[in-house]
Amino acid sequence: MAVIPVSRKPLTFAERTYIPQILGGLRITFARMIKPAETMEYPEQRPEIPKNYRGVPTLVKDPNGREKCVSCQLCEFVCPPKAIRITPGEIAPDSPTAHVEKAPQAFDIDMLRCIYCGLCQEVCPEEAIFLQNQYSMTGLTRAEMVNHKDRLYELGGTLPDQHHKWDKKKAAEEHGSAAH
Amino acid sequence: MATDFAFPDTGAKSAAAVAAQEFQTEKMSLSMGPSHPSTHGVLRIQLELDGEIVTKADPVVGYLHRGDEKIAENMTYNQFVPYTDRLDYLAPLANNMAYAIAVERLAKLEVPARCQAIRVITAEMARISAHLLGLGAYGIDVGAWTVFLYAFTEREKLYKLFEELTGARFTTSYTRIGGVARDVPEGWTDRADAFCDQFLPILEQILNLLTRNKIFMDRTVDVGVISREDAIAYGLTGPNLRGSGVPLDLRKDKPYSGYEQYEFDVPVGAKGDCYDRYLVRGEEMRQSVRIIKQAIAKFPGGPWYATDAKKIFAPPKDKILTSMEELIQNFMLVTEGPQMPAGEVYFEAENPKGALGFYVVSKGGGVPWRLKIRAPSFCNLSILPKVCVGAMVSDVVSILGSLDFVMGECDR
Ligand code: SF4
Ligand code: SF4
Repeated sequence: MAVIPVSRKPLTFAERTYIPQILGGLRITFARMIKPAETMEYPEQRPEIPKNYRGVPTLVKDPNGREKCVSCQLCEFVCPPKAIRITPGEIAPDSPTAHVEKAPQAFDIDMLRCIYCGLCQEVCPEEAIFLQNQYSMTGLTRAEMVNHKDRLYELGGTLPDQHHKWDKKKAAEEHGSAAH
Repeated sequence: MATDFAFPDTGAKSAAAVAAQEFQTEKMSLSMGPSHPSTHGVLRIQLELDGEIVTKADPVVGYLHRGDEKIAENMTYNQFVPYTDRLDYLAPLANNMAYAIAVERLAKLEVPARCQAIRVITAEMARISAHLLGLGAYGIDVGAWTVFLYAFTEREKLYKLFEELTGARFTTSYTRIGGVARDVPEGWTDRADAFCDQFLPILEQILNLLTRNKIFMDRTVDVGVISREDAIAYGLTGPNLRGSGVPLDLRKDKPYSGYEQYEFDVPVGAKGDCYDRYLVRGEEMRQSVRIIKQAIAKFPGGPWYATDAKKIFAPPKDKILTSMEELIQNFMLVTEGPQMPAGEVYFEAENPKGALGFYVVSKGGGVPWRLKIRAPSFCNLSILPKVCVGAMVSDVVSILGSLDFVMGECDR
């Protein structure tokens, strides 16, 4: 195995006068000075947010406007700091999505507890909760920092649905009952 | 009636001292920290001073104690991953990896080559980022501002890469038991490679500002000397141990995650002073770049998580959405946790700060029965009472910076 001792040579006479180092240092700083700035004027300029960024968790709807969450409460269970509170509710029987049966009656995420870990998004079996681009949340009171269901849908918006699982299920059910 | 008070006659006392021809001094006690810029967090050192000379130094730790070990007993193995971010919060990716490997050893689970390579690349990037911070902060401690700014510029570039890979800059929570949270995005390895290429000359520039600089050397050479024997006796690990000339590097001595495939050197110091520790960190960054470049050059394809570990790693998302079996599997995994056999395991990884160890005791099931964390910063700090004695107060700042500890891990 290669072990290399780090080299430490004694300073030369010139180096002991501080002068070469100071000049060398100045050269580096002046060279840096004429380069474009690395900093950013924050609120005016915003950094580019990469895909799959883990920002504020939000709830999303599918393209037909159905809330995707079926309040299975898996995210509530997995959330390490216990930031999520869900009250499950029923979907009205006359609704076109009645076959989904359940949707959250209340869904609160306490952003003072949330650590943006993304586990909720990872475990959700419905692709209903997403950590999206928003990264700065402020509020003047503790209550303001709790995102309720409406706010979560407002933040989340609509995301395309690859699977249309419930539409397929409905189609299959109708098809099945028509056959009888 | 007048009352007589016996005022201590200070003048008389000093006159007596003068008569006895001795200079009267009293030892002074000084609390350095918990909020002192050079204690890098919330360390308090109870100093006893004789004038400017330290006669006793007593580190007081625990201000950042969050009970991580106890927390671990109350959640599944995967849920604890975000907590490992917050140990050595300057290198969360390396902590994630050490924890995941410890639990995988418990399950006797081998992860695929691609996953190993991803973990090595991220851990080495974390090492560079942690050493850059150590270097920059050390510069500030001993009076060199510019180094800090340049080091942080480079660190920002690394954070951009972390952000793209894991979704977060700081609290990455990237590994899962049996794999990683997600595969590397398209073109990410090329960008990591490009970072390495541009980083090397800049690293030389940054180090050039300090290495031969007499002002810096005056503050570090022959200050805080830790002898080889002391370094071993106090259980130091990482760059602090290697700075004292002991070539122990777990990546070489007990390779994990495929480190045996990569060629790299282990830098060691000769004297064990602050300057040596600084030099070792500088060289380690160059070696990390070497490892990253090798790992990227032969980046393996294939799966990035253990596909056969059905009771440990969650099934792919589109399967969860379309198939009943995987849906149930996902529910079981999340609610019960990754299923581990009963037993115990101890695993140490070479983290930027030293050997980070996880001792996991399992009684089976998805929750550890006991999880003990061996934090390198905690052990490294134990030598403070020894090295600080006889040093000047300003040297204590230099010694602390050179030990490069992080309190999140020390207090856990
Ligand atoms: S968001 Fe997903 S995991 Fe959470 S309750 Fe709704 S469906 Fe279940
Ligand atoms: S991101 Fe993590 S902490 Fe935040 S709500 Fe989701 S699971 Fe909980």
